[in-house]
Amino acid sequence: MAEATKFDPRQHVHGDPLDMPALCPGAMQASKPYPAAPNHNQALGFPGELAPDWKEKAIARLGELLESNRALRVYLDSCVKCGACTDKCHYFLGTGDPKNMPVARQDLLRKIYRRYFTLSGKLFPKLVGAEDLTKEVLDDWYSYFHQCSQCRRCSLYCPYGIDTAEISMAARDIMDTIGMGQKYSNEIIGKVFSIGNNLGLPPKALRNTLEGLEDDIEEETGVRVRLPVDEQGADILLVTPSADFFASPHMEGLIGYAKVLHESGVSWTLSTHASEAANFGMFIGSHENMQKIALRIRQAAQDLGVKRIVIGECGHAWRVAYSFLNTLAGPFEFLDPNYPVPQHICEFTYDLIQQGQLKFDKSKNDAFRLTFHDSCNVARASRMGDWAGGQFDIPRAILRAVCNHYFDMAPEVIREHTLCCGGGGGLLTDELMDLRAKGAMPRMRALQEAADEHGVTHMAAICAICKAQFSKVLPMYGFDREAIVSVHQMVSNAIVLTGSKPPEDQESGDE
Amino acid sequence: MSGYQLNGAVIAHDEEGYLTDIGQWTKDLASVIAKAENIDMNESHWEVVNFLRDYYEEYQIAPAVRILVKEMTKKYGKEKGDQKALYELFPYGPAKQACKIAGLPKPTGCV
Repeated sequence: MAEATKFDPRQHVHGDPLDMPALCPGAMQASKPYPAAPNHNQALGFPGELAPDWKEKAIARLGELLESNRALRVYLDSCVKCGACTDKCHYFLGTGDPKNMPVARQDLLRKIYRRYFTLSGKLFPKLVGAEDLTKEVLDDWYSYFHQCSQCRRCSLYCPYGIDTAEISMAARDIMDTIGMGQKYSNEIIGKVFSIGNNLGLPPKALRNTLEGLEDDIEEETGVRVRLPVDEQGADILLVTPSADFFASPHMEGLIGYAKVLHESGVSWTLSTHASEAANFGMFIGSHENMQKIALRIRQAAQDLGVKRIVIGECGHAWRVAYSFLNTLAGPFEFLDPNYPVPQHICEFTYDLIQQGQLKFDKSKNDAFRLTFHDSCNVARASRMGDWAGGQFDIPRAILRAVCNHYFDMAPEVIREHTLCCGGGGGLLTDELMDLRAKGAMPRMRALQEAADEHGVTHMAAICAICKAQFSKVLPMYGFDREAIVSVHQMVSNAIVLTGSKPPEDQESGDE
Repeated sequence: MSGYQLNGAVIAHDEEGYLTDIGQWTKDLASVIAKAENIDMNESHWEVVNFLRDYYEEYQIAPAVRILVKEMTKKYGKEKGDQKALYELFPYGPAKQACKIAGLPKPTGCV
């Protein structure tokens, strides 16, 4: 785990989050994730390792993608090198490596596209920036397409709307197709197929974990709030990232969902078959794998006979669910058409708040001076509610309903302009810690500004990756590890459950 | 792929130091792994490692951090049983680093 350069985050936490860095060519050349083992690749239908004819196969695969995805060809054709995207990537801001400028990242694929798929590139490659596909180019792909978190911030500023995420997904798809997969994502997808979730949490362990949480809630509130699993005929199937069953502050968010669902009076269940909302098939750009994972949700919904699907706090899962679920696993004619298919847990909670069905004691969160980190896939690739910008307004409205002290970070780094946590898109792996630390710098600076200006102590998020990444990088930048919280953790703290113990009894924990 | 040296034998581990064959774990090996992680095993470390191994044996997965915290609170009281105390024992994180020393597979996903 050699670090490319010495980087001390604490020296970088103060300053303008969007400051143009000094250029450091090649600074991140050596950064790359561990390669997937042959069995990880094969479980997903890819060759185990790089084949001798990899070059022909890679070009052929690019050809197939250009045919099946017209947007990809437009993205590769339409860049005019205007430079609007250059300083919009958090990895560029954090590393100064010019190959982390979105246009340069795109060009890694674009130059190959030009060489083999355009007339000018076939005839006069040098004149049009076309290049042969060589092992050096392929190694550059592996390195720099794994320095894109597919957050789509750059695409927001591109006058042509070129989506670098789509380009990096295509490049990863090509690399998988020739047996050059990445360990982190591919091993995890394999676990979804064999066990049912990213974590590898078997049903027995899931049940035990949920029972433990029921005990915890009862001890805290005196109310038996159930966390049911595989319950036939429940109204709602809750699909949530498996990190919610394992990590903190994820699990505290899960407790929050359970309390809200309990108060709503609607019956609900988790599923051991669809015990994962995340869909890493998107990160590796593999439509086939993304569909296979998404179909597990349909299967579980049908098997359990539910009427509604609700998705927990997970950024890219919400993108897949909101934007693609119907195409991947629909139609969902068997669900109740009176509710969105699917619905976000934040929408569910927000609706109940609007109807006055939830009671809160906001003072329970008085130790928190909160801000909210918009997660990229929720912010720029989906929506909540039935108005433009609902995905920004709804989580904030929930936080304001449950907490007395809420402050936004600077306008240029929130809502659709939000900055990636630094660990999204299949990069949340330990060997990329140097990249993750540097990529988090813009967000850490924005948080520091909010701390200096408003005394902000905690940041809430609705994405499992963001939560795990911040737990890791916050202490590096001098913040408390537990300064990252789940939105529904804040709900959980403040919600007053019907029939709960009066405050004096809660203190002693008996009765 | 490299390995841990123990009594003249080489025990294989993956790129990140997790055992390739979890069946090869012994208490002596745990001390060797801990040393590679710059951890000097004391009684509290062993409590965590033993609990992880017992839990794994029953559930085929490491326990959630919250479950681990609860267990440690039961044993040591509230003061030593919070997440911070666990991070003091295992600075790289109680889930991943303690699993590595306990010879268990790495928890994967958004954790």
